[in-house]
Amino acid sequence: MSDSQPAVHVDHVSRHYTMGAATIRAVDDVSLTIQSGEFLALLGSSGSGKSTLLNLMAGLDRPSSGSIRVGGGNLNSLSPLDLARYRRNTVGMVFQSFNLLPRMTLEENVELPLRLAEVERGERSARVREALERVRLEKRVGHRPSELSGGEQQRTAIARALVNRPKILFADEPTGNLDSASGEAILSLLREIQTHMAMTIVMVTHERPLADRFADRLATMADGKLVSDLPVASIAGVRP
Amino acid sequence: MKFQDMAELAVRNLREAVLRNSLTTLGVAVGVASLVAMLSLGVGLQQLATNRLNKSGLFDSVFVTSRLNLRGPGRPPATSDTKPPRLLDDDARIEMEHLANVVEVYPQIRFFTEVRFDGKSYASMVAGMPESSRNSGAFDGMQGSFFSATDSDETILQSEFAKELNPQTASLIGKDLVLRYAERQSVPAPAGDPSGLGGFSVVPKEKHLRIIGVVDTEPASGFGGYGNGRVLIPLKVAESLRTAQINDLRDVLRGAETSKPTYASLTVRAKSPDYVEGVESAIKNMGFGAFSLLDASKSLRIFFSVFDLLLGIFGSLALAVATLGIINTLVMAILERRREIGVLKALGAADSDVKQLFFAEAGVMGLLGGFLGVGFGWFISFALNFGTDLYLKRRQLPAVQIAAIPWWLVFSAIAFAVLVSLVAGLYPASRAAKLNPVDALRYE
Repeated sequence: MSDSQPAVHVDHVSRHYTMGAATIRAVDDVSLTIQSGEFLALLGSSGSGKSTLLNLMAGLDRPSSGSIRVGGGNLNSLSPLDLARYRRNTVGMVFQSFNLLPRMTLEENVELPLRLAEVERGERSARVREALERVRLEKRVGHRPSELSGGEQQRTAIARALVNRPKILFADEPTGNLDSASGEAILSLLREIQTHMAMTIVMVTHERPLADRFADRLATMADGKLVSDLPVASIAGVRP
Repeated sequence: MKFQDMAELAVRNLREAVLRNSLTTLGVAVGVASLVAMLSLGVGLQQLATNRLNKSGLFDSVFVTSRLNLRGPGRPPATSDTKPPRLLDDDARIEMEHLANVVEVYPQIRFFTEVRFDGKSYASMVAGMPESSRNSGAFDGMQGSFFSATDSDETILQSEFAKELNPQTASLIGKDLVLRYAERQSVPAPAGDPSGLGGFSVVPKEKHLRIIGVVDTEPASGFGGYGNGRVLIPLKVAESLRTAQINDLRDVLRGAETSKPTYASLTVRAKSPDYVEGVESAIKNMGFGAFSLLDASKSLRIFFSVFDLLLGIFGSLALAVATLGIINTLVMAILERRREIGVLKALGAADSDVKQLFFAEAGVMGLLGGFLGVGFGWFISFALNFGTDLYLKRRQLPAVQIAAIPWWLVFSAIAFAVLVSLVAGLYPASRAAKLNPVDALRYE
């Protein structure tokens, strides 16, 4: 599944917050390399720093120290505008609470990143249709998010993340708000996307069984530190 | 983000909180309406005053006298570089008529004489009226009509004098009166007179005139002109009478050529007050004394500029309040849409995109408020004019327009509303742009 070129290289990254007199080390000296086309699950309990690390890799936040290299470029050296372009063109984001804009239809929600990327109007509807077909929601284009089930909303969010044809998909607890059947369906979809689009996927989750079944590799965090990093194949008893 | 996408998103966002945004837009509209109404009043009053004064001929006229006169207004001090004085005669009048931007040159013919009516004799001042006085506003609302032709043997009586003839002034119209006046006839130099200079004799004459109108207000048109005349006759008729004028005696004493009559003074009317200065200096260069009331017109313009400024400031107060409304609405929108801003940023919106989106929302509110406000302002200005008309009609006075909305006011009011709204949007927009996406996404 992986090739020689790393998609993301996290090198001694820390992210500290100051709250009054206390310093909180949300991410503490983490190093991690994610290969292109790899499906990595970031595990850990609540407050372990996995979402913070994901936000750093997705360019939503900047590290206090260390460097994150994506496709050879250092995110630290990017200007705010270039970091916005990185979020727009290189990565796609999926959230636990879907974060669809409620007053927009499915089609409009998926079209939003294309507007931001200034894609020509003539090209947009084909791109939106392609993304919605991939998540099998092409028949619901005119619906609003409130008219969809949780699983369908998350699939819409995945279509929105894919519409700008990113290289890496970051998913923050994508199954956290879904029942087990829907959660499984979403992970199947992610796996399918990884296979067919050679997509690199980094998923934050605390559902170990699902991660075991669908990810290539499991990295576990605790108290801001990376405590284990193993390929699923090497874990005894998991996915033959 | 492209402009069209930005505008679409802005309008969509405004439609979401339709009541709050409508009220804010209405606030802008009320502010613009108050500004437009105030300025329309200023503009209308200025137009009214300027039109009246322009019609009166006070500000587009140059009063010309001969520098040969012993006394006279505008007579420049004799200096070595001034042109030699000239006779103010027909040649000079024709020359002035051909100057650039001159529309009319006419003499002031006024003479005190005897008027006979219904067998009784009255003493009165007769004045020759140029054709242009028809539009001076002085004859608006007169009884009867203006002269049927420039050389008709007709007269318009000033109402005070008409009442002396008959208190029922309307009954005078259509009746005749007789002017008894002194005609000036040239006399050649007597044979053997060593000076060789002639003179003139004064011969009593009569002129029959039909009364065709009575005018209420004293025609005050043209300074030094036909102002205080009580029996008004067409200027051409007045000229044809060749009445002895006050300067005739002076010309004889000075030894001028008496076969060519001269004018005591001439009034030269320029196309507009803007040309008066040029005409005045051209006439001075010809060797005459010239005088105009241009300075007074400038003072009037200064007065109205200050007046407009004050009205504009009062009108803008409501718009300033509306500005606070826009700021409040947008700051509230940031709080409500915090998460949405986070999503936009996560999807790749740059700070400038978020800023422009809020800016566009402020701009759309300003634009809509501007259009609506101009509409309200027009209505207020219409109501002002309507109310004034009613009031004046009750007092049997002619209608006037006291409020006017020229096109420049429409466009600048809308532009001003948009500008003010954008300024109001500055703070909320930059606050929204600075939101940290991680914090914004965490916001519930």
